[in-house]
Amino acid sequence: MGSMFRSEEVVLVQLFLPTAAAYACVSQLGELGLVEFRDLNESVSAFQRRFTVDIRRCEELEKTFTFLEEQVRRAGLALPPPEGRLPAPPPRDLLRIQEETERLAQELRDVQGNHQALRTQLHQLQLHSAVLQQNHGPPPAAAHTDGPSSERTPLLPPRQGPHQDLRVNFVAGAVEPRKAAALERLLWRACRGFLIASFREADRQLEDPLTGEPVTWMTFLISYWGEQIGQKIRKITDCFHCYIFPFLEEEAARHGTLQQLQQQSQELQEVLRETEGFLSQVLGQVQQLLPRGLVQVHKMKAVYLALNQCSVSSTHKCLVAEAWCATQDLPALQQALRESSSEAGVSAVAHRISSRDMPPTLIRTNRFTASFQSIVDAYGVGCYQEVNPAPYTIITFPFLFAVMFGDVGHGLLMFLFALAMVLAENRPAVRTAQNEIWQTFFGGRYLLLLMGLFSIYTGFIYNECFSRATTIFPSGWSVAAMANQSGWSDAFLSHHPLLTLDPNVTGVFLGPYPFGIDPLVPSLFCVPGTGDSQHLPGWACHHHQVWSLATNHLSFLNSFKMKMSVILGVTHMAFGVLLGVFNHVHFRQGHRLLLETMPELIFLLGLFGYLVFLVIYKWLCVTVTHAASAPSILIHFINMFLFSSSPTNQPLYSGQEVVQHALVVLALAMVPVLLLGTPLYLLHRWQRSRHSPRPAVGQQDNNEDKARCVDSSDAYEKGWSSDEEKARCPGGEEEAEFVASEVLMHQAIHTIEFCLGCISNTASYLRLWALSLAHAQLSEVLWAMVMRVGLRMCGEVGVVSVVLVLVFAAFAVMTVAILLVMEGLSAFLHALRLHWVEFQNKFYAGTGYKLSPFTFAIQDE
Amino acid sequence: MTTHSFALPIIIFTTFWGLIGLAGPWFVPKGPNRGVIITMLMATAVCCYLFWLIAILAQLNPLFGPQLKNETIWYVRFLWE
Repeated sequence: MGSMFRSEEVVLVQLFLPTAAAYACVSQLGELGLVEFRDLNESVSAFQRRFTVDIRRCEELEKTFTFLEEQVRRAGLALPPPEGRLPAPPPRDLLRIQEETERLAQELRDVQGNHQALRTQLHQLQLHSAVLQQNHGPPPAAAHTDGPSSERTPLLPPRQGPHQDLRVNFVAGAVEPRKAAALERLLWRACRGFLIASFREADRQLEDPLTGEPVTWMTFLISYWGEQIGQKIRKITDCFHCYIFPFLEEEAARHGTLQQLQQQSQELQEVLRETEGFLSQVLGQVQQLLPRGLVQVHKMKAVYLALNQCSVSSTHKCLVAEAWCATQDLPALQQALRESSSEAGVSAVAHRISSRDMPPTLIRTNRFTASFQSIVDAYGVGCYQEVNPAPYTIITFPFLFAVMFGDVGHGLLMFLFALAMVLAENRPAVRTAQNEIWQTFFGGRYLLLLMGLFSIYTGFIYNECFSRATTIFPSGWSVAAMANQSGWSDAFLSHHPLLTLDPNVTGVFLGPYPFGIDPLVPSLFCVPGTGDSQHLPGWACHHHQVWSLATNHLSFLNSFKMKMSVILGVTHMAFGVLLGVFNHVHFRQGHRLLLETMPELIFLLGLFGYLVFLVIYKWLCVTVTHAASAPSILIHFINMFLFSSSPTNQPLYSGQEVVQHALVVLALAMVPVLLLGTPLYLLHRWQRSRHSPRPAVGQQDNNEDKARCVDSSDAYEKGWSSDEEKARCPGGEEEAEFVASEVLMHQAIHTIEFCLGCISNTASYLRLWALSLAHAQLSEVLWAMVMRVGLRMCGEVGVVSVVLVLVFAAFAVMTVAILLVMEGLSAFLHALRLHWVEFQNKFYAGTGYKLSPFTFAIQDE
Repeated sequence: MTTHSFALPIIIFTTFWGLIGLAGPWFVPKGPNRGVIITMLMATAVCCYLFWLIAILAQLNPLFGPQLKNETIWYVRFLWE
């Protein structure tokens, strides 16, 4: 059997790594991903371990890398993925990488600082020019005079009157547009009458140096007189964080300043371009260095973390490590160690040691079996070397799903969707998609494929295709024969809205439908023509086929599906009990075969296997001639447990009562065997070993060791392979306590769980019936309420076809949303529950842990 | 109006699923996945055969027939000659 039957053999190995070659060895082991290190320094705190300093350095480097990554991302560049395989660099390279990274980071910081400063300067210059260029109209004081005026006219006649010392001063500047209104208001309130302010929007937009967004500044020109007013204005503009520039009265002077400014800004822009060029150069260097560096430092840190788990040998010459390794991989492990330590004089060695702990479970899967194994592991990872339910789940899970989902059309849609995913699975776009829901569906593509395939099969058996039945073979029911022989004239038919075909009448029932459920389409070749042209009901003129399902179709289907659920359930559970046999044989617990498996099987099959027998017997032997007095299985079954009988219920076969009583007594007799058998046997064995003289250590057989270690509750958790037993020294375990009460308690719980579970789990399988009924009804309702409305329409072909398109669109959307997604998830969940609880609690413990090897593989993706 | 036999489908389907479940495993090529593929074949054969068998056995001896509306019976008798 393949490696999925049970976990691979995993052993504990002890590695001796010479100090000089330890790093290289562990690095090589990380590349291969073979072993899981055990932490030998658990009692030591993280700060006291040997390689903490190196880990600190790696972490600092990682911080610098993060900063560089951030800068590259902000500049809009992408980091190329690292190419090739990059092994962890030797420790002496760490210094070099650190220096290089630091240098680049510092350079980047400097250049960016310069860049920023230059941009701010440029912004200032541009703002100044904008303010100067802004035409605020004729000088404000001139507005008071009527008539045209020119700038040459002095504002006030000089030396006239007491106000000769008043001079008009100007304040020019720029303010952010959102503050402009507030500034204007405040100025008016504070200084009204002494100033005239004019606010204008700048002609062009300027780029803000910090955010890079284009901003339109408001330039203002304030003319005022009086020194105090001037101070007030300055204070106010300071408050509003405005930029103030000197404003010269003469036009020519302003022109001169403007030209100067333009020259300066041009020079500045050149310098800025140079700086930007240098910045992109530095970023390019970072882009080259960063991907490699990230991978290398990550691997280095992982190696140091693994090295920290090793203990130092007393001679300080080598490091000792303990690791779990699969037996199959031991040669590869030893070769890797030899190769890595070939430069150092001494070579690293690995040898097996025995262990009392339960080894981790390792089951190798490929991309097909991985999804099924993950379903099983979601419930619990198996104990070391116990039987793995996954290979059977590959088929039974889609099958039970399909029993609940059975519909050809829906199954076909699911199958095609899964097929599309499977065929496109190697495309990189599909693999790197980040959407979680898509990832969930994509991860389960093989599961969906099988589920769809089985649904198509069960859909054919249920004879449902989008809730319509198909007639692959002609139906086995003949209306004509019934009509002819019962004298169904038209008058008779008009008085009886519902009539039943009686299978007792010859010719009505022509045999069981060979593949699936009969579609009950009345035979086409029915009547020697009666010829009367009747006025048929109005719907007959429509051009659609009549899938005439009988009105009592559900009576038959319910009976069929309930019995089917019970048969499938009992079969599934009996299979589960049988799988336990493999566990008992493997862990050398032969007594459990007789004392647990046998009683369990007798109980299960004696009661519920007998029920299955009754069902099949009734199907085969109770013919339609006895239909009126057909025995009821349910009443027989109830009476079986109550040891009573109903006089009106005919027996199915002669001697039925005797057989039933015998079976019940036998099943009840199995309960004490199940309850007390194993504990008494173990007690007996322990007492025997205690009282018998102790033989030499090497002669104690493995069963004795097994007996001692199955004492505690989870018996076969400790019973791993016999190789480990041989390696262990049996002398130390002789004093293991046999606590009778614990063993009895455990066995009592197991017995109660099994016996009551038989009944409740069998009933639980009835969900197969319930969900398939729900799916069929939902499907039927959707067809009747949506699609049939569109198909029944009468009218112009053009109008009808357009409406039909819309109706079909609604039908399709609701089919996918309700029937595929919702019902699919529901059936998936219930099939999962049936597996996890009803099937696996017959044999599976699931309390192990997975082998998680030390590997760098995660970050390579 | 064809009478469906019972023996013929039984023979056909039993041999079909029997071939898949019992003879198929012999032809699986050797490889790491041999055990899994054999398990899959046998499980498929058992499940599908059992399901089909239940369906046909349930219809072998019907104790009651379908109940049809009188409209249906009219339709069948007088429209489809």
